[in-house]
Order: sequence, then C-alpha cells, then structure tokens
Amino acid sequence: MSETIKTDVLIIGAGPVGLFAVFELGLLDIKAHLVDILDKVGGQCAELYPEKPIYDIPAVPFITGQGLTEALMAQIKPFNPTFHLGEMVTTMENIGDPVFRVTTDRGKVFETKAVVIAAGGGSFQPKRPPIAGIEPYEGKSVHYAVRKMDVFRDKRLLIVGGGDSALDWTLNLQPIAKRLTLVHRRDEFRGAPASVGKMRALVAAGSMDLKIGQVSLLEGGDGQLTAASIKGNDGAIDRVDVDAMLPFFGLTMKLGPVADWGLALEDELIPVDTGTFETSMPGLFAIGDINTYPGKLKLILSGFHEAALMAQRAHHYVHPEKKLVFQYTTSSTSLQKKLGVK
Amino acid sequence: MPKITFIEHDGTVHTVEAEIGSTVMETGLRNDVASIVAECGGSCTCATCLVHVDEAWSPIVGPPSAEEEEMLDSAFEVKPTSRLSCQIKVTQALDGLIVRTPAYQGR
Repeated sequence: MSETIKTDVLIIGAGPVGLFAVFELGLLDIKAHLVDILDKVGGQCAELYPEKPIYDIPAVPFITGQGLTEALMAQIKPFNPTFHLGEMVTTMENIGDPVFRVTTDRGKVFETKAVVIAAGGGSFQPKRPPIAGIEPYEGKSVHYAVRKMDVFRDKRLLIVGGGDSALDWTLNLQPIAKRLTLVHRRDEFRGAPASVGKMRALVAAGSMDLKIGQVSLLEGGDGQLTAASIKGNDGAIDRVDVDAMLPFFGLTMKLGPVADWGLALEDELIPVDTGTFETSMPGLFAIGDINTYPGKLKLILSGFHEAALMAQRAHHYVHPEKKLVFQYTTSSTSLQKKLGVK
Repeated sequence: MPKITFIEHDGTVHTVEAEIGSTVMETGLRNDVASIVAECGGSCTCATCLVHVDEAWSPIVGPPSAEEEEMLDSAFEVKPTSRLSCQIKVTQALDGLIVRTPAYQGR
C-alpha cells in the first residue's frame, strides 16, 4: 500500500483548463496535484492537435495546441504543481467535510480538500474494434495495452494495427511469443520506418506472419480466444489460431470512471453551478468541456473563466479560516510575490 | 447551394444543402447526422467522421491524402471508397453527392 498523498486540490485532467486551474488556485495559495491518463500534459491540445492552429484565445491571435500547452506550463511554473501522468483516477469517496480520498489505477491514494474534474471529453481510452462478440474476451484474451509482457510468453498472438503501438509491441513480443501475426488493413505502415524495416525482416525470415486485411470473426469460449478470421481486401478469409489479440486503433474519449461517482449527469456531462462551478457534491468541481450549464460553450476560454471562479469557491474549503480579498496581478504586491516577479 | 445526401447505417436519409468551402463533416454536424461524431472537430486526428462515398461519386471526390490515409488506419470497416468527411471540401462539383455513414465510429 503506497503512502497517501495529501494535497489541497486534486485536478483530474492536465489539459489547458486543468493547467490554468493551477494558476488560479496558486494565486489563492492553494496547492494542486494533477492526474492525467495521457503520458504528457496538454490533453486534447497535445494528443489531437499539437500542430493545429487555435485562433480564439483572447489576446493571442494564433497559437498551436503545443504552443498553448507550453505557454500554460510557463505561466504555472511559479506554483510548482505535481503531475501524475499516465494514470487514471478510478475511485473517489467523500470521507470528510469535505475531504476526498481518490485512488488511481496505479495504486496511488490522494487525500484532498477539493477535487476539480477538468477531464475534457473524458479520458482517452483505446478504441474498441467493432467485431461481433468481442466483449467477453476483453481483459481476458483481448487486451488494449500491455502491462506485463510475460503474460504473452509462449502464446499465439494477433496484433492489429499499423502505427507505432502495433509495431513496437510486435517487435517486443515476437521473441517471447509462440507465434505472432500482425494484421493491418493495408501494406503500408505509419509507424517509425526503422520499426517497419525490422518487422519486415522478421516476416522475410519466417519468424512472424503479416496479413493484410481486417479481423472479421473471433472464436473461443469463456473469454478465451482460440482463433480469429481475417478478411483480406479481396474478400478471402484466412483463419489463424490465436490465444490472445492486441488491437491498436488509437484513442477515443470516454467519460470513464467519473460516471460511477454518483453525480447526476446530463448526456455524459456534469451539471454545475455557474457561480462556483461546483457539482451537486460540495467540494467537487467540474470545469472545461466536461461540464454543462445553460449557455455552455466548449471553448478553452470558457474553461479559463470557469477555473477562476472555481478557485474562489475552492478557497472556502482549503483555507476556511482566511478571508478572501480579491486582487489584481497588475497591482497586488502579494500576488506578484507568489508569481516570483516581486 | 450543392446538395449532399447522407444515408445513415439505420437507413435514415438526410438530403441537405451544403455551403461551398465548408466540409462534408461540418455539413453533417449542422444537419444532425447523428453518426458523424467528429471528436477532434475536423483536425484529421480522430477518424470518427468516416463516410463511405457512393461508388459513382468516388472518382469525383477523389482519394484521401497521405495524412488522411494514415488516419484511416484508426477507423473501422474501411472500404476502398471510405473517406474522413472532415477532409472533403464542398464544391459545386459535389452537388448531388451521396455518402453512407458506418454503424460505429470507434466510440
């Protein structure tokens, strides 16, 4: 059991709005830890459109997703937040007035006075291929990630996809698998050229199989795969005996475990009070694309506004004894000290 | 204005007017074509706006770019005439275009 991490506020999601929340909280002497399922900060800006332009950030006529992420990281540097990347928050329980105990899928435990859900479109999770009857195999013999390579030792593996994840795991698992088959819809791969070259060399040497097509049928029972059919682009069916399948079709956003936290949801979104951005649960906030209220716009600039108001209310829980005096960064020497410019 | 027909997997047909210069994806969203998800908002980074272009229209619409072809790897049930609708710009030449949407966009 790992040690409990105590913090003022836990922010779920390190996208632009979660990052800016660090700034607004920091100005009010509130420390934050952030958890994000991605292995990098920036959320959708980093994962979906790092190089695409954004034109509607106030006073910034043009910036890329990556540029915005970097600028926000520079802006929040004085507040020294702690990041927990590549982790998904799984459970949340209210154990105080309010104190929340939050756990992650990596076994970390947080105790925090407030929780800010800034999870955007939800957590990025692997896309599930639409193969009929795949559900009973998921988690047993169909896996969307490799946690322990040894699970696949001496197994007949089917890896599906044409990007770096598919190629990297092909190269890593081929030496320990009994037999490995890579399936991709076309004979071109978008993964790193060096990985493609290594994979093709293994195929040429007869050490693994490459099949072009799409998986059309799974066979097995009790969650255990025994075979898969691959439909070639010419319509021909190729049946392969397999013990496990690893599909890599990229990521999609799903609400994830937050759906089970007892919050009233509207269309997978969390309703909030627009004065505080608090949910129906005191001390639990939702800001950015994941919340909803009359007139809501899913804009980064709206999320920034929401972060500012959230921080005012969070102060009430984190520093109940302190009176909050509204100040401007332009003129307040105390705020400027916090920013390290005075 | 050019007209585009979306035929959804469940048979729902939407014949709608499309603005020249917009994309087929935007046209679908504006007209409540439910099976156009467009998670990334048209950045060619999510493959959730897949359409199957009608065979007769496929040569007119043309093939995907290299970048789009890579994104199609993250889509499902991809056919030779499949395109990401955010990458199809509406022109007068597409007046009458017919596209079909898949049952599942990956979410």
